[in-house]
Amino acid sequence: MSDDKIDTSRRRFLTAATTVIGGVGVAFAAAPFISSWFPSAKAQAMGAPVKIDISKLEPGAQMTVEWRGQPVWVIHRTKAMLDKLPQLDSELRDPKSEQDQQPAYAHNEYRSIKPEYLVLIGICTHLGCVPMYRPEVGSVEPSWQGGFFCPCHGSRFDLAGRVFKGVPAPLNLVVPPYEYISDNVIVVGVGQKAA
Amino acid sequence: MKNSSSGFMGWIDARFPATKMWNEHVAQYYAPKNFNFWYFFGSLALLVLVNQLLTGIWLAMFYKPSADAAFASVEYIMRDVRLGWLLRYMHEAGASFFFIVIYLHMFRGLLYGSYKKPRELVWLVGCAIYVCLLAEAFMGYLLPWGQMSFWGGKVITSLFEAIPGVGPSVVEWMRGDYNVADATLNRFFALHVVAIPLIFLLLVWMHIIALHEVGSNNPDGIEIKEKKDSEGKPLDGIPFHPYYTVKDIFGVSVFLLIFSAVVFFAPDVGGFFLEAPNFEPANPMKTPEHIAPVWYMTPYYAILRAIPDKLSGVIAMLSAVLIIFFLPWLDRSPVKSIRYRGPICKAMLVIFVISFVSLGYLGLKPPSPSRMIAAQIFSVLYFAFFLGMPIYTKIDKTKPVPERVTNK
Repeated sequence: MSDDKIDTSRRRFLTAATTVIGGVGVAFAAAPFISSWFPSAKAQAMGAPVKIDISKLEPGAQMTVEWRGQPVWVIHRTKAMLDKLPQLDSELRDPKSEQDQQPAYAHNEYRSIKPEYLVLIGICTHLGCVPMYRPEVGSVEPSWQGGFFCPCHGSRFDLAGRVFKGVPAPLNLVVPPYEYISDNVIVVGVGQKAA
Repeated sequence: MKNSSSGFMGWIDARFPATKMWNEHVAQYYAPKNFNFWYFFGSLALLVLVNQLLTGIWLAMFYKPSADAAFASVEYIMRDVRLGWLLRYMHEAGASFFFIVIYLHMFRGLLYGSYKKPRELVWLVGCAIYVCLLAEAFMGYLLPWGQMSFWGGKVITSLFEAIPGVGPSVVEWMRGDYNVADATLNRFFALHVVAIPLIFLLLVWMHIIALHEVGSNNPDGIEIKEKKDSEGKPLDGIPFHPYYTVKDIFGVSVFLLIFSAVVFFAPDVGGFFLEAPNFEPANPMKTPEHIAPVWYMTPYYAILRAIPDKLSGVIAMLSAVLIIFFLPWLDRSPVKSIRYRGPICKAMLVIFVISFVSLGYLGLKPPSPSRMIAAQIFSVLYFAFFLGMPIYTKIDKTKPVPERVTNK
């Protein structure tokens, strides 16, 4: 064993190798700390689909059910409400619902499977507040045609959950995955097969 | 305390540098002799930190971190635990006083250029402490599980949805559920009582060590280490103990008088320190009429709301906090203290303070078109103070800085 000369390149290689192997080890060791923060099996089970009976929902009325701790709205839209929707297109940020805020089967003019029943997650796309259902014409502002108004930061949506221009919310309200299991029962949380 | 080589301290000192540390940081730490009112707030921040740690540990003995039990356990502390209300109000008012003291402490830095060379690291570590304090306060506010706890927590975690691509997954990961829920409360509790306080203490220690390495600034912005006597002690320096320990005890007395008045007579300060909706249990199905964070975060909240686009709003809000870190490199003035700076620097500082306070006010109020325009103007002024700094500090006139500190 000679100790008169230090092999610096060997030393550098060993330091680098130790650092790399150690770094990989740290990355693997981080796994339990990071993965434990994801929704647990229990939280996922609690997020199971819910059934909604819409037979008693009057025209023009709104009902709210809870799914995954979020309010899900069903709104029974009248013919008059549906007729007004296309007139608003020029005032909306995304009138054709091009952003992926709805399942494919609700990607249409009314953002719903059956035009008269609108199903939405009642969470403002700005910062997660619950907007208020304001169907009365002229209630939020003189030109108001009915829709949803968020009390937190003043975002406005029409009666298809489409966002207006010039408000903080960037996107239309989300349409959750849902399907009809009979004429009057909707299940939220599972999507129907692509139509 | 002398360097004792015998007796009890001698025995200790041979095994642990107790006397050496005492001398280095207290008895023989030379601080400029011209400290004024603004220099109370560093030691007061330490006092509030001790208050938060003590009352926090005691609250954790009675509080239950679960969505089912949290609100009731806070009521239990308030009604059934003997003097529990006092512990809670000391902690709750302490949070707001922490920010009052820290904001004044930071303002002192702006006044006298305390962030400038060679104190850049003191400033950077201090900024990190401030960010920690914001995180600590935000997570602590979720724990009572009132309406404002829940919705405030929801609004702030939703900010991360703005991250392109992975935003929604990141938010789910942070919350541990599809909404702010029991899992969120539980982890925020762990972070609030263990993780952040540990980081906090480490940073405070670094802040003080870095300060004592370079020495304290002073209202004249003069480096007292440049003029030393034959023993190597700064001519304009006096030992921290007993001179400033005595001064700080006076500051502590006045502070405790005000603090006690709030704790005993107006612990929620009319909804200012503790908002009215938080006396109602969290309800995920019902948003309060108006959501606003506690006063110390409202300037940034106003900046967020001033921009009618989510991602840009979030970026502006984060930039407003992070830009403070860059101050040492934005300021190109040859002098430190405001006393020897020209009219532009003085005007800009006044504009900055007005903007910050106005944004804080606007952030407390419900949104309206005129308030939004006001918030936009003050946001621009807020950023102008920082971004214009390399220019206006350079062209501004300065007065000659004296050789020795003054006694104004």
